Amino acid sequence: MSEAKTFRHGIHPPEHKELTAGRAIERIKFPDRVVLPLSQHIGAPSRPLVKAGDKVFRGQVIAEPGGFVSVPLHSSVTGTVVAIRKHHHPNGSLAECIVIDVDHTSAQTLYDGYARDWESMSSAQLLEEIRQGGFVGLGGAAFPTHVKLAVPEGKHARWLLINGCECEPYLTSDHRIMLEWADSILLGIKVMARILGTEKSYIAVENNKWDAIKALRDRIPADMPCELVPLETKYPQGAEKMLITAVLKKEVPSGKLPIDVQVVVQNVGTAAGIGDWFAFGQPLIERVVTVTGPGVVHPTTLLAPVGMSLAEVLTHCGGLTDDAREILFGGPMMGTPQQFLDVPILKGTSGIVCLTEGQLQQRQEYPCIRCSACLDACPVYLNPSSLGALARAGKYDDMIGQHIMDCMECGSCSYVCPSNIPLVQRFRVAKGLLREKQAREKAA
Amino acid sequence: MSNTTSRLVIATPPFAKRSVNTPMIMRHVIYALIPTVIAAVIYFGISALLLIVICTATCMLAEWLSTGRGPLFLSPVADGSAALTGILLALTLPPGLPLWMAVLGSLVAVFFGKLLFGGLGQNVFNPSLTGRAFLQASFPVALTTWAPPMGLREFLVLRGDSFALPFTRPVFDGLTAATPLAKMKFEGQATDWISMFYGGIPGSLGETSALLLVLGGVYLAWRGFLNWRVPVGIFLSVAIFASALHYSDPSRFPDALHHLLAGGLVLGAVFMATDPVSSPLTPVGSWIFAAGIGLLVVLIRQFGGLPEGVMYAILLMNAATPLIDRLTQPGIYGATKPVKEASKS
Repeated sequence: MSEAKTFRHGIHPPEHKELTAGRAIERIKFPDRVVLPLSQHIGAPSRPLVKAGDKVFRGQVIAEPGGFVSVPLHSSVTGTVVAIRKHHHPNGSLAECIVIDVDHTSAQTLYDGYARDWESMSSAQLLEEIRQGGFVGLGGAAFPTHVKLAVPEGKHARWLLINGCECEPYLTSDHRIMLEWADSILLGIKVMARILGTEKSYIAVENNKWDAIKALRDRIPADMPCELVPLETKYPQGAEKMLITAVLKKEVPSGKLPIDVQVVVQNVGTAAGIGDWFAFGQPLIERVVTVTGPGVVHPTTLLAPVGMSLAEVLTHCGGLTDDAREILFGGPMMGTPQQFLDVPILKGTSGIVCLTEGQLQQRQEYPCIRCSACLDACPVYLNPSSLGALARAGKYDDMIGQHIMDCMECGSCSYVCPSNIPLVQRFRVAKGLLREKQAREKAA
Repeated sequence: MSNTTSRLVIATPPFAKRSVNTPMIMRHVIYALIPTVIAAVIYFGISALLLIVICTATCMLAEWLSTGRGPLFLSPVADGSAALTGILLALTLPPGLPLWMAVLGSLVAVFFGKLLFGGLGQNVFNPSLTGRAFLQASFPVALTTWAPPMGLREFLVLRGDSFALPFTRPVFDGLTAATPLAKMKFEGQATDWISMFYGGIPGSLGETSALLLVLGGVYLAWRGFLNWRVPVGIFLSVAIFASALHYSDPSRFPDALHHLLAGGLVLGAVFMATDPVSSPLTPVGSWIFAAGIGLLVVLIRQFGGLPEGVMYAILLMNAATPLIDRLTQPGIYGATKPVKEASKS
């Protein structure tokens, strides 16, 4: 085993990845209906270009970007637009969605599916192509990819970092993508490296995925300036800043972006999607989703169209077990709990984790005994013990001086706390209130 | 599948949780003390057993009485911290101490050492040492009258006036002996380090065997329940300061080994100074804290009026902990030069 790099602090929760790590990506059959929210990304919602009754094709643009930080939306099926209306969104809100009934007589071939001659395109053309493909970060945050690839004036990207950490427990979609779609990933990297004009690319993979490390390493052409970096398995290594520190030994200054240290980070799934877009013209209309956890009967790695409902995905996987109590979009550390089963799979839905009664038991909270486990876990070196005391006392303003706004809500502090203090939960509340207050002050 | 969601609950992440909890940490500290407790009972017989039982029971009762008096398993007594306070207090006491004094010390430890500050996690000083400091100030003679260790054969022989009535003058008719530190201080006589290391010397219940204490500490550090920097730092600091004095005048000052093994140093370094509540949070803070304790121990032992200084050294550094914490706040990830936030109020 070669020595593995990593960042300081962090935690190593039980991985539970064996449920799905060995399951090949399985394409799910098309559902009867898809629901496509206009907002599946960070930034302005897309603006619909279709109306009820319109016939649409799989891969056709049905909504245009609502601004620079926004992406177009493509139909994930061939069918008929039924309505544009409010529907349950996985983030808990009711959001505007385009509802499309699937035409089961159609062969569901790609609209406009042809290979792009990327090697003859300029950097600006490539960037525009990526924007047209509707790409967002597939690791979970769903930030528009073209925005991250558009380097601001006066800045320069020296390194492209491809994130294959998948540090959340249970999730294995990136793992499967690396095993099965290495060529798509490498093509995506070539395109992005060209757009950015980077010196070198790194693919960072945690060493609990040796098969993926080997698969990718073997595929990297000798003349490609790309290196596979095995990392120690640790959470939250998939966080951009932690990843940059692990691979390049650089710290992103507080309040700044990776580009300020000449780095752009993209997820492996995003790279694979971009590869497929240039190879055969498939925009971001489907994604790999890990459906897993003790609460689902048959854990599976699915390739599902964006917009398919949670209920149908679960039915495909044998349904929920009797003791299932919590369904998360994303992993158990930072995922979003779901209340309704009709919510659609989004571009950024990396996994559906179903947890059971036993995993949710209420734990008695004890007083903080200042054991400093949270200080040793916090990846951004905050003092959660002291912040927790301030949050409990409602002294939110004092938390600013202790850098609460640098907290990335990874939940490591809550994970380690022997007194079961809901630290990150309180920090989320505090940050929300502080942001509201700042907005009010700005408005006044 | 219907859209029925009645059995789903909405909780907040993270849903993964380390299995370690606070009562478990307390329990394991108590387990780590078991060898020392057994050794104390073997060396000092029934007097030691009575002291340990009485201190532990009084501390638990005091906690229970003052925090709601509900069912035991629901009250703060269940977290084990009161029991631990009692055991640790007993281990700092001389074997023949009248039991009514032990009861009084336990009450002070729990009420004034912990509950007055707001309970577990809030106290500035180590509760056991608070109790012991009170006893030391109130009953200096009883607290410095040491019975010699004997074998198991004399198990039932009381080592002092254990059953003395409250506020009467205890009678010490049994044998008394001098601790290695007292011998050194008042008679200039050294004790060989082997007996100090393995045990069987006059002293408090928990002071006799350095080996058993260190074993307990190693176990706790291995399980991650003990901040190893504190004992290691204290030992280093004592060794450095004691050696400096020793080499300046070997006839006046004993060597580092004597300081390390004699008295309550190992007990204090491993089990008292490491109390997380009253010690600093950060690694840098822990080193400063430990260095301070080591320096104070050597200063008090060599230049103070008392032969032993571990208790006061720890209590003084407990008092300095909030200041150390303030000065050693962790520098955050990606901090830009002056970490001054424009915190407008």
